[in-house]
Amino acid sequence: MKKASVLMMIGSALLLGLFVFPLWNIELGAPQYPEPLGLNIHIDGLQGQSEFDIQNIDGLNHYIGMKTLPKPEDMWEFTVFPIVIGGMAAIGILIGLLGFVDKLGPSWFFGWFVVMTILGILGMYDFNAWMVDYGTNLDPNAIMKLQNPDGTPMSYKPPLLGHKKMLNFDAYSYPRLGAYLMFIGMCLTLFAGYIGGKTSTKTTKSLTKKMATT
Amino acid sequence: MKKIYYVIGGLLGATLLYMGCNQAAGPNTSGALASSAAEKVYVAPGEQDEFYAFLSGGYSGNLTVYGLPSGRMFKEIPVFSQFPTSGYGYSEETKPMLNTSFGFVPWDDLHHPDISQTNGELDGRWVFVNGNNTPRIARISLETFETEEIIEIPNSGGNHSSAFITENTEYVIAGTRFAVPVPQRDMPINEYKGNFKGALSFISVDPETGRLDLKFQVLMPGFNYDLSHPGRGKSHGWHFFSTYNTEEANTLMEVNSSQNDKDFIAAINWKKIEEYVNNGGGEKMATNYAHNIYSHETHTGTSTMKKEVVTVDPTKVPDAVFFLPTPKSPHGCDVDPSGEYIIGSGKLSADLTVHSFTKMLAAIEGKKFDGEAYGIPILSFDDVMAGIVKSGGLGPLHTEFDARGNAYTTFFISSEVVKWRLETWDVVDRKPTFYSVGHLMIPGGNSRKPFGKYVVAMNKITKDRYLPTGPEMEHSAQIYDISGEKMELIYDFPTHGEPHYAAGCPAELLASKSKKIYRLDENKHPYAVTNPSEARVERNGNEVHVYMSTIRSHFTPDNIEGIKVGDKVYFHITNHEQDFDVPHGFSIIGQNTSELLIMPGQTKTSVWEPKQVGVWPFYCTDFCSALHQEMQGYVRVSPANSNIDLSWSLGGE
Ligand SMILES: [Cu+2]
Repeated sequence: MKKASVLMMIGSALLLGLFVFPLWNIELGAPQYPEPLGLNIHIDGLQGQSEFDIQNIDGLNHYIGMKTLPKPEDMWEFTVFPIVIGGMAAIGILIGLLGFVDKLGPSWFFGWFVVMTILGILGMYDFNAWMVDYGTNLDPNAIMKLQNPDGTPMSYKPPLLGHKKMLNFDAYSYPRLGAYLMFIGMCLTLFAGYIGGKTSTKTTKSLTKKMATT
Repeated sequence: MKKIYYVIGGLLGATLLYMGCNQAAGPNTSGALASSAAEKVYVAPGEQDEFYAFLSGGYSGNLTVYGLPSGRMFKEIPVFSQFPTSGYGYSEETKPMLNTSFGFVPWDDLHHPDISQTNGELDGRWVFVNGNNTPRIARISLETFETEEIIEIPNSGGNHSSAFITENTEYVIAGTRFAVPVPQRDMPINEYKGNFKGALSFISVDPETGRLDLKFQVLMPGFNYDLSHPGRGKSHGWHFFSTYNTEEANTLMEVNSSQNDKDFIAAINWKKIEEYVNNGGGEKMATNYAHNIYSHETHTGTSTMKKEVVTVDPTKVPDAVFFLPTPKSPHGCDVDPSGEYIIGSGKLSADLTVHSFTKMLAAIEGKKFDGEAYGIPILSFDDVMAGIVKSGGLGPLHTEFDARGNAYTTFFISSEVVKWRLETWDVVDRKPTFYSVGHLMIPGGNSRKPFGKYVVAMNKITKDRYLPTGPEMEHSAQIYDISGEKMELIYDFPTHGEPHYAAGCPAELLASKSKKIYRLDENKHPYAVTNPSEARVERNGNEVHVYMSTIRSHFTPDNIEGIKVGDKVYFHITNHEQDFDVPHGFSIIGQNTSELLIMPGQTKTSVWEPKQVGVWPFYCTDFCSALHQEMQGYVRVSPANSNIDLSWSLGGE
C-alpha cells in the first residue's frame, strides 16, 4: 500500500506539468510557409509556436472572417482550467498521503481517476466546441466567402486530433508534453489503485488467516 | 567487306584507348561528361547552397549575393548607389549614407569585398567594400545584409588597394590608387613628380560594434597603389601593396608608367606605425570627410563631418616601410595562407614573382639594400625572391589558395586559370576561361583557412556566350570544381555590374544568424507608429508629417485631406507585419524620388511636394496579399491659399 500511495502522489503531481508545458498544439503548414505557423494551447492561454505566430495567424484569418485568437481574459476556461488542474493535483497528492498513512483505501485512488477522466472528457468537449465556433462562426463581412461543393459555407475548424487539409494548408492537431505528462500521471494513479487494491486484499487475507488461527 | 571490319576494329580500338585514358585520369579530366558538371552545380528546389559568394558590382556601386555552387543570385545589396528597388539613397533615412565632402554622391565604383576575420579565419560578421571613385569604405552587416556604415577617405584619389582587412579585423586598409597633392591644392599637373603623395589609410574597426575610425594615413611617394593584402600568421602586422607608375608619369600613362622593368611591392609594418601613432607620433592635418552610420534601431542614417586626420611620414618610423622590387607593373599582391609567400603578378609579364617573408626579414636585418626611393629602402630582388612561377601564360593578375598547398592565378591576356604548387613553383593544371578573366575567388581563399572546393573566375570584359542582348550586356563568371587534381569548369553565370572581385564563406557561418524581420517593439525611429491608433497627420508650417502604418492589406490612414500646393509632405511609414518576407511598398503619383520598400517592423520616410491641385492616389508597390491591389489611398491637395482643415481617416472614421 505504501508503494501504491507513492505512485498516487507522483501520478497526480505530474498534472502540475501543465502549468509549464503546453497541453495541445495546432500547426498550420503550407508550401509557402516553409516554417509552419503554430499555436501552443496552455491551460491558461494561447502562445505562438514562434514569437509572432498568433499575430500572423490572425492576419491570415481576417481574410476569411475568423475571430482573432482569444486572449486569456477572453475565455473563462483560461481562468478555470488552472484551478481545476491545480485542485485535482492537490487532492490527488492528499489522497496519496492519506493512503500512505493508511487512512484511506485504494478505492479513493480509483475515485480520483474516474473524476479526472470525466473532467478530461468535459475539457475535450469544451475545446472541440470552441474550435467549432472559431472555425464556423465567421464575420458576415469577410473578404473571402468560400463554400463547400454542396453550397454550404466552408468550415475552418481545425481537427481535434490528427490531420486535416484546409484549402492549401495542412492542419495538424496533437497533444504536447503537458498532455503526455497528465496522461502518464493518470495511468500511474490507475496503477496505484490497482496495486493498492492487490496489497490491501493480501493484507486482509493474511489478517483473516491470522484471526482464523487464533 | 574485309575493309569494313578493319575500320570497325580500328574505331573500337581507338574508343577503348580513349576510354582507358579517361579512366586512368579519373573523373576530373576535361573529358568528364557535361551531366556530371550539371550534378555538381545542381541545388534542387528547396535545398540550399553550400557557400555564399559576395560579388562586387563594380560600376553598379552595389554588392550582389550569390550561392555556390548554383550560381543563383539571392540579393543585390545597395552600398554606394541609389537603389530604387528599396528606396536606398532616396528615403530620408538613407540619404545621409551617401553624404561626402563633395555633397551627396549617389554612385561609386565598388571593387573589393572582404569578410571579417578572427585569427585569420572568416568570422562572418561583416563584409567590407571599397568605393573607388569618391574614396569610401563601407561596412555591411551579415545579419541584415544591409550597409551599416560608410566612411570617406580624405587625401586619396581612387581608393583601389582596398578594402582588405588584417587578420583580426584590426584594420580595414584603404590605399589610394592615384597619387594626388596632399593636401589638395591648385598646382601644375606636370609638377606631379616628387610633389604628389600616395596615402595609405588604416581604418580601425571596433571589435564589438564594427565602428570604423580613420586611425592614421601613411603618406607614401606618389606611385599608384594598385592592390594590397595583409600579412597573416608569421607576417601578421605587415601589409603589402603592389605599385605601378614608380616612374611618376602624369601623362600617356599606358606608355610612360610602363617603362621601369620593375615596380615595387611596398611592405608596411603597420604594427610599428600604430605604436608610433599611439605614442603621439604623426602629424594632425586639417581635412574634411564624411562618416555615415546607419542604425537598425532607429532605421536611420546619420552623417558627421570629420575635420582632422593623423598623417605619418614613413621615413620617420624606422624599419617600418620597405620596397620589394617586382616585375612588371604588378597587379595582384597576394599572401598565401601560411603568411610566408607574397605573390606579385606583373600584369605585363608572363611570370609570377614570389617573395619570401622570411628572406625579407633577413634582408632587412642584414641591411641589404639596393638603394632607396624618397628615403624608403629598396631591398634587393634576389635577396627576397623565393621563386618564380614560369607559367607560360600572359598577364597574371590575381592569386588565391586552397588548403592543400596549391595556388590559382588568373591570366587576363591569355584568359585562363593556372593552378600551381607553392614551394615547387610547378604548374600542375591550366584551364581556359571563356572571357577575359580578372580576379578569382575561393571561399576563404585569402585567409588562413581556405575552403578550397570551388574557384569562381570573374570576367572583366563584357563578353559572354549566352543569348545575345544587344551591345550592352551583363558580365559573367565561371565556377570551377577544384576538389580534384585537375580543375573542372562546371558553370557559367551572368553577374550584375562588373564582378570585380568577390569574397565567399560557408553558408553555415551566416544562415542561422540572418535576420528575417525587424522587431516592431525595438523600432526607435522618431516618426514610427507602433500601433495603428497612433497614426496621424501633423502640420508644422508648410511641413506636413504623415505617421502612417501598413498591414495586409491597407494603409492607416487611407484618406488624407487638407494638404496644400507648396507643402512638403513627409510620409513616415511603419510596416506592422512581423512575418518573414512581407514588405509593403509605398509610392505616390508625382513623387520625385523613388518608391519605398519597408521591411516588417521598419519605418521609412518619403518626401512628396505636391505641385498640382487634385486628389492623388498612393499605393503599395510590393504584392503583399490577395488584396494587395486594394492597398491604396488618396491625398486631397487643395490650392495654397485654401483653408481646408487637415483631416485623415480609415474606413470613414
Ligand atoms: Cu502591401
